[in-house]
Amino acid sequence: MATELQSRTQPSPSRAASCGGILIENVSRTYARAGSRVEALDGVSLRASHGEVLAVVGPSGCGKTTLLELLCRLQPPDRGTIRCPPAALMPQRDLLLPWLSAVDNAALALRIAGVARAPARDRATALFAEVGLAGFEHVRPGELSGGMRQRVAFVRTLLSGKPVLCLDEPFGALDAITRSEMQEWLERTLAREARTVVLVTHDVEEAIVLADRVAVLSPRPGRVTAQLDVHIDRPRTRTDSAVIALREEALGALEAGRSR
Amino acid sequence: MSSRIERAAPAVLLALVLLGAWELYVDLAGVQADLLPAPHGVARALWENAGLLARNFAVTAEEVVLGLGLALAGGFVLAVAIHMSPLLRRAVYPLAVGSQAVPIPVIGVLLVFWWGFGLFPKLVVIALICFFPVVVTTVDGLRAVDPDQPKLLRTLDATRWQAFRFAELPAALPAALSGARIALAVGVIGAFIAETTTPTSGAYPGLGREIITDVNFQTSRAYAGTVVLFAFAIVCFYALALAQRRLAPWSAQPQGDPH
Ligand SMILES: Nc1ncnc2c1ncn2[C@@H]1O[C@H](COP(=O)(O)OP(=O)(O)OP(=O)(O)O)[C@@H](O)[C@H]1O
Ligand SMILES: [Mg+2]
Repeated sequence: MATELQSRTQPSPSRAASCGGILIENVSRTYARAGSRVEALDGVSLRASHGEVLAVVGPSGCGKTTLLELLCRLQPPDRGTIRCPPAALMPQRDLLLPWLSAVDNAALALRIAGVARAPARDRATALFAEVGLAGFEHVRPGELSGGMRQRVAFVRTLLSGKPVLCLDEPFGALDAITRSEMQEWLERTLAREARTVVLVTHDVEEAIVLADRVAVLSPRPGRVTAQLDVHIDRPRTRTDSAVIALREEALGALEAGRSR
Repeated sequence: MSSRIERAAPAVLLALVLLGAWELYVDLAGVQADLLPAPHGVARALWENAGLLARNFAVTAEEVVLGLGLALAGGFVLAVAIHMSPLLRRAVYPLAVGSQAVPIPVIGVLLVFWWGFGLFPKLVVIALICFFPVVVTTVDGLRAVDPDQPKLLRTLDATRWQAFRFAELPAALPAALSGARIALAVGVIGAFIAETTTPTSGAYPGLGREIITDVNFQTSRAYAGTVVLFAFAIVCFYALALAQRRLAPWSAQPQGDPH
């Protein structure tokens, strides 16, 4: 336990990346646009070892989505280094394709990887039952609710088979009950097949319930103002006193970052 | 079924009112039949020349359908090329616009010199007249794809071709079909222009040429032929609307859909 804790707080850089972990070191990103410059991230350093869940919380506009796009190699950092195994993105907006049925949207990664339509659908259909979408396989996204669309996008991300999942506010559009169901399901899934997860959320409780570590970012430009290790036995619930205590700590860090 | 009749009712009613007004005008003003035949005269000409009109119509219908198909295919390919290459966009777009101003008789002789008296030069004329709306709507459709969509596909390791196949092609399809419906509006008159500018060797020259030969001495037959083209354009328009609903059921209901 002690050694594990050690390696968790201070893994050597090479080890973190080579075992499917993530290493972000002193990364900055500035958007330059006709005359104006927006500094999104400033000197962010974060790491997550293989199979860890890293939650990122921070005020709106502090660069959380930018951070995920950097990890997915959708844009390069201006400064700093990023080491990250192939990552799948679940975007903040679901970006489902309107012409594909729900199940075909979920199976998109498989189809792109060259899997034939029928087996791809089968694999997606199996997961649909687990996320409570059974019976909606052949409905187009336009006829799904926001929460259902998010779950389809989530299945799509999972089926990409990438070792790293970058989830951008994955459960934001869900009601409280469906949300905690999805959180439980995510936990079970991760227990079954280890993935490294970077979870962006504005819900501090959700971060603590799901994550091994919570990184708190300051308002733009995003800097890491606190990192909280979550040593609470799973499964956790929102009402655990340890969760509540840590929530207060995280909210305090958010507040401190804001007033700085 | 009854709702279908209900939806068609306003158009039928308006047509009847206009026909009535036309009949009255010819009667009351004493207009010569070779200047403007009355509707009942046109109806009689339609009935008496049904065989001739039908055979000529078959020729014209083939020209319109194939010409429109050529315009749709050519316009779509051109739009994709323009979308993919900013260089092509800058090079081709102005010329495509300019091509719309070319009076067809200027090039009619050349087309016949190249391709003879058959069907093909007529298809080229029709396609030239109606490809442009397809290009414009398709380019817009391709550009309307959410800019984050390619990003997502990239994280799923999609190749450029796969991104096109999964995201851009389906997005452009309803747009292209909308363009085709605009194109159709000029496609029928395009067939008329094609027939009258490039001579034909076939037994039946098509409705356009038939109308132009009839217009002075068989005026009511020319009007009868015009009625056929009129109806054909309407049928084609709704056939394309139906195709759009079948091929792109996710897109919004096309405008003017009677169903
Ligand atoms: N493509 C872009 N071009 C210019 N500026 C951008 C671009 N993307 C993001 N920004 C700016 O960078 C900053 C950070 O954006 P980002 O989307 O990463 O924030 P976020 O933390 O995800 O916010 P939210 O919680 O609201 O989703 C914002 O101020 C935004 O305006
Ligand atoms: Mg964001």
